[in-house]
Amino acid sequence: MIEVRDLHKHFGGFHAVDGASLRIETGSITGLIGPNGAGKTTLFNVIAGMLAPTQGQVFMDGEDITGLAPHRLFAKGLLRTFQIAHEFHSMTCRENLMMVPPGQSGESLWNTWFGRKRIADEDRALRAKADEVLEFLTISHLADHPAGMISGGQKKLLELGRTMMVDAKIVFLDEVGAGVNRTLLKTIGDAIVRLNRERGYTFCVIEHDMDFIGRLCDPVIVMSEGRVLAQGTIDQIKANEQVIEAYLGTGLKNKAKLEGIGA
Amino acid sequence: MDILNAIVVLLNFVIIPATAYGAQLALGALGVTLIYGILRFSNFAHGDTMAFGTMIVILCTWGLQAAGVTLGPLPTALLALPVGIALTALLLMGTDRAVYRFYRRQKAKPVVYVIASLGVMFIMNGIVRFIIGVDDQRFDDGERFLISVRRFRDLTGLEEGLGIRTSQAITVVVALIAMVALFWFLNRTRTGKSMRAFSDNEDLALLSGINPERVVMITWLIVAALATTAGTLYGLDKAFKPFTYFQLLLPIFAAAIVGGLGNPVGAILGGFLIAFSEVGVTYAFRKVVGYLGPEGWEPAGMMQLLSTDYKFAVSFTILLIVLLFRPTGIMKGKTI
Ligand SMILES: Nc1ncnc2c1ncn2[C@@H]1O[C@H](COP(=O)(O)OP(=O)(O)OP(=O)(O)O)[C@@H](O)[C@H]1O
Ligand SMILES: [Mg+2]
Repeated sequence: MIEVRDLHKHFGGFHAVDGASLRIETGSITGLIGPNGAGKTTLFNVIAGMLAPTQGQVFMDGEDITGLAPHRLFAKGLLRTFQIAHEFHSMTCRENLMMVPPGQSGESLWNTWFGRKRIADEDRALRAKADEVLEFLTISHLADHPAGMISGGQKKLLELGRTMMVDAKIVFLDEVGAGVNRTLLKTIGDAIVRLNRERGYTFCVIEHDMDFIGRLCDPVIVMSEGRVLAQGTIDQIKANEQVIEAYLGTGLKNKAKLEGIGA
Repeated sequence: MDILNAIVVLLNFVIIPATAYGAQLALGALGVTLIYGILRFSNFAHGDTMAFGTMIVILCTWGLQAAGVTLGPLPTALLALPVGIALTALLLMGTDRAVYRFYRRQKAKPVVYVIASLGVMFIMNGIVRFIIGVDDQRFDDGERFLISVRRFRDLTGLEEGLGIRTSQAITVVVALIAMVALFWFLNRTRTGKSMRAFSDNEDLALLSGINPERVVMITWLIVAALATTAGTLYGLDKAFKPFTYFQLLLPIFAAAIVGGLGNPVGAILGGFLIAFSEVGVTYAFRKVVGYLGPEGWEPAGMMQLLSTDYKFAVSFTILLIVLLFRPTGIMKGKTI
């Protein structure tokens, strides 16, 4: 369970996150929606340790994880993807995925020289795993392409693939669906559900696509102007006056904008 | 026409010295480029890091010599090199702890690091001069020549001789070993790949569970090895003088930038490019041209473009041209 208590993140005088409090229950697929600039990505950045909060705390299973370095959070099983896909530019897609799992034998300088066999075995297993993930994401043919060269949508898939390389506890997905075509979006949705059911991943998903959110998420949290506006099932949210005014009314416009960027 | 003699003169005065000098610059530039790629700043203290490492090697060499330990025909300094590397690594990691880590936590802009490194430079500068003084120090021992000019002449019967100094041969061999080891490390080992990943995309590396402090420490360790090796080889080949090492900063940065900052292959290419230009432009080609032309046509002038006093102008000019026309360098490094 992730609990965010009265979180603030200010950029100079601007309050991007302004006293947000929320809970993400273990085993849930929680949706996080809200208009552009509501502070969703900033909230993710603070939770994942990329930004230090101005004020407030984040707890993971009761433990205070506020301000912990990203790699420490990763080791605890807290993963995230980026809204704007990131990749290791000069490495191939397969190598990108193989970069992920930490704590391998090859990490120690000693093993680099004296544990060659163990490293080779690990590498083989890792490679097989990466190929499996690529297959799942239907981008096997890109395995040996430099990740810097693939399309924006494909980079998004690679982002998702990265979270499938380890046994995560909770995964924060920042608009994995934006810029990905419809059929693939369904595949991604199914993957999320499967990871949730079969491997017990907890998800927190930011999306502007209300169908996607409606199909996957319960509960849904709505953010606006750095604060949590409402929380509940998708039907409750859709019926909520405040939400309609702040977000859903402009939803169509947002979607058109996003797809324009994604294309 | 006497092509053989012309080639021998060219080899003896241009190609061999430039190759050795190029290898030294390349090792220096590799250090600069690694720091730029991973810590993301131009480390102005690099020349003085080289001086510090070399100083330790010299002191250790003297100690070994006093104890009667030598390497026979090879310079004793090679035996002292690991000690130099180890102490330099400690110094660099200590500096990182005391200075750079603070700015890393603040997520400071690169220019702040550059200024901080300038401060570090002055301190290291002072430490080295305080301990070993400002004068020339020679510490090469063992066999001076692999092949001397006279022996070459006797063997081949040519008019011109070709001398290869032990220090030149060692420079090339050691530099080659260091470069192969570095590339193997960066491309084949997990830690090396983490370093490349970190250089490529820091945010993503952090969120992929890569420990940034570890990457930084290993970078300093490698930089210490490269800088001490480069400095020792240069000192064996020429001589050790703190001020000269400070001045090496210009050709080393020129090499790293020409090659493309952050790109190791580029640093090596850049090192040789700068060395060959510097030696080529300041060498008097009169003799070579004399041998190549018909009998008695030896030119009256020296056929020298620039006097050696102006050798730094060469790095400077190349640097200027690259920054104007191809700021990412030959191998597409990062733009500065
Ligand atoms: N590093 C920063 N410096 C200054 N302002 C920032 C920074 N990062 C975000 N902001 C501001 O904070 C606000 C919230 O941004 P954020 O990216 O969290 O929005 P979002 O809810 O993810 O929106 P979207 O749906 O468009 O992705 C925006 O107005 C943005 O301009
Ligand atoms: Mg966002």
